[in-house]
Amino acid sequence: MKKPKSWLKGGLFLGSVFLVGVWLVKPVGVSTQFVVLDGIVWNLLSPDLITQDDANQSYESSNAYLNKSGGKYASLVANPLNYGFIFALSMLVGGFVSGKLSRKKVSNEDRISPKVWRNRFGPSAKKRYAFAFFAGFLALFGARLAGGCTSGHMMSGMMQTSLSGYLFAAGAFATAIPIAILVFNSKRSS
Amino acid sequence: MKIILAIILGLAFGIALDQAKASYPQKIIGMLRLKDFHLMKVILFAIGFSSLLLFILLSLNLIEAEHLNVKTTYTGVIIGGAILGTGFAIGGYCPGTCIVAAGRGRKDALAFLAGGLLGALVYMLIFGLIQDAALFDKIAGGAVSLAETNPETHTSLSGNLPALLVAGPIAILFMLIAFLLPEAESRKP
Repeated sequence: MKKPKSWLKGGLFLGSVFLVGVWLVKPVGVSTQFVVLDGIVWNLLSPDLITQDDANQSYESSNAYLNKSGGKYASLVANPLNYGFIFALSMLVGGFVSGKLSRKKVSNEDRISPKVWRNRFGPSAKKRYAFAFFAGFLALFGARLAGGCTSGHMMSGMMQTSLSGYLFAAGAFATAIPIAILVFNSKRSS
Repeated sequence: MKIILAIILGLAFGIALDQAKASYPQKIIGMLRLKDFHLMKVILFAIGFSSLLLFILLSLNLIEAEHLNVKTTYTGVIIGGAILGTGFAIGGYCPGTCIVAAGRGRKDALAFLAGGLLGALVYMLIFGLIQDAALFDKIAGGAVSLAETNPETHTSLSGNLPALLVAGPIAILFMLIAFLLPEAESRKP
């Protein structure tokens, strides 16, 4: 049974969200929200992380990163009900809703690791979670150094013909493709 | 009002990513191994399609140029991209798709997300030490794009050429590549 161009439907849907996003509000981006969530937790544990300057309604932070660009991130941490953060939380719900809409459920073993991983590294959940944690660490550290991720730099950036988008994509795929081939191409003896 | 838009658009983005299978690590890794071009076709088409419409709307003044945001280009963009690419290949997720996949009930996505929170925290902690490094030296003037987006805030590398004339062909090229890449050979056992 051949499905009629599912990639085209996916691309149209995804492209429309990027377009409507920039049309109504601003380009879609995600990785900043990891910093915002970290900041919210940190600020709960030590409330003097962020201070408000009453005189000009701006925020300052003792952390250099939150304080940069006139306390831009500090202000987002202090006001979590902002567009970007709610957008990211909503994406989580979107994943859940999409699951309910899909006829095909994610199998229990696929919830732990994809088949390509199991073929190479076996079914161990602990091993997969440890490597996924490490991979997430690298991905977000890299995204913050780059100032954006696959959504903000690559998709939104290249949509706007932004030079940073093309260079980010080049950097990302320059490592991702050879590493994926090296890591997953050698077969596990079974 | 903005919060309502955040809820609707975030929801739509989550559903779109999942329905396009961008939140399937199997599909991401398949794409990166150059074995399954489904996601490559989705991404290239989405960029081309949204870009073409964006620049048509811009040329008709139907979209506010202030909404656009061309990010600054600096050496760290490429290096950071390369570090992200490493995690992307090992994990099969990126920062956005791990959130969606976690919502879909994938547990390895939660592990990726937790690692991401730590990675972002470590970056926050060391930023003060590296902020003056050459890593952040701007390339080509910083916030630049190939086609003109918002002349008040961003510079364009194509001078006075009409933006649609520059962005249009690029967008069509992206969509064309999406059509030409081979379909997934997913019927294998």
